[in-house]
Amino acid sequence: MKNNTLSDAVLVNNYISGNESALSILIERHKQRIYSFIYSKVFDRDASEDIFQDTFIKVIRTLKNGKYNEEGKFLPWVMRIAHNLVIDHFRKGNRMPKFEDNGEFSIFSVISDGNLNAEKKLIKSQVEDDLRNIIQELPEDQKEVLVMRMYKDMSFKEISDKTGVSINTALGRMRYALINLRKVIEKNNIVLTD
Amino acid sequence: MAKLYFKPSKKEENLVVPSKRTIDFLLNYSKSLQVLEFQNFKFETILN
Repeated sequence: MKNNTLSDAVLVNNYISGNESALSILIERHKQRIYSFIYSKVFDRDASEDIFQDTFIKVIRTLKNGKYNEEGKFLPWVMRIAHNLVIDHFRKGNRMPKFEDNGEFSIFSVISDGNLNAEKKLIKSQVEDDLRNIIQELPEDQKEVLVMRMYKDMSFKEISDKTGVSINTALGRMRYALINLRKVIEKNNIVLTD
Repeated sequence: MAKLYFKPSKKEENLVVPSKRTIDFLLNYSKSLQVLEFQNFKFETILN
């Protein structure tokens, strides 16, 4: 009972001195606040458990290594660690697909690769072929600008230098090329989606 | 009626605290972690 009235600072010192039960009291005292904070950010029970665990692993290692200084208070320090780990969690989440244990597990939701399958590859190549054929129907000056811009990835400045027209003219030709492409596509009911 | 609506369910009560398993793990981890100092170096060891 006496232990529960001790301040955090005393408990931290006791723990550093080797009193393991001090950690138990610290965790009991602050677990709800820290866990609620984590859960309020990630809204996921499993992730919150992991972050809570990682937070205290960091706390334990820092205290045992003698790296903790008493400048700040214990709880704000732990909350700051938890906050940083929550940020790490979201960063990691952007890079790694998340597997949710909701009972409806499909292995393909985790292992499917981002590459196109054979059917999509075929459709993509057909769409590209169709587009190339339509571009051939454009007037020569517009076709020239569009090819340089879209296929050779040249800037309008480079196109202007190469064709000997002003940048504005090159821009105008590109604009008309796109307008004419749309007209041809609409007129012939061509579908250019995969 | 209000009591029915506003009393938190058992599930919600459990939701704001970490599981006993997590806390037990941390306490056991803490007991097993030893930091040894040798010539200005610190080594962490996990004792089983």
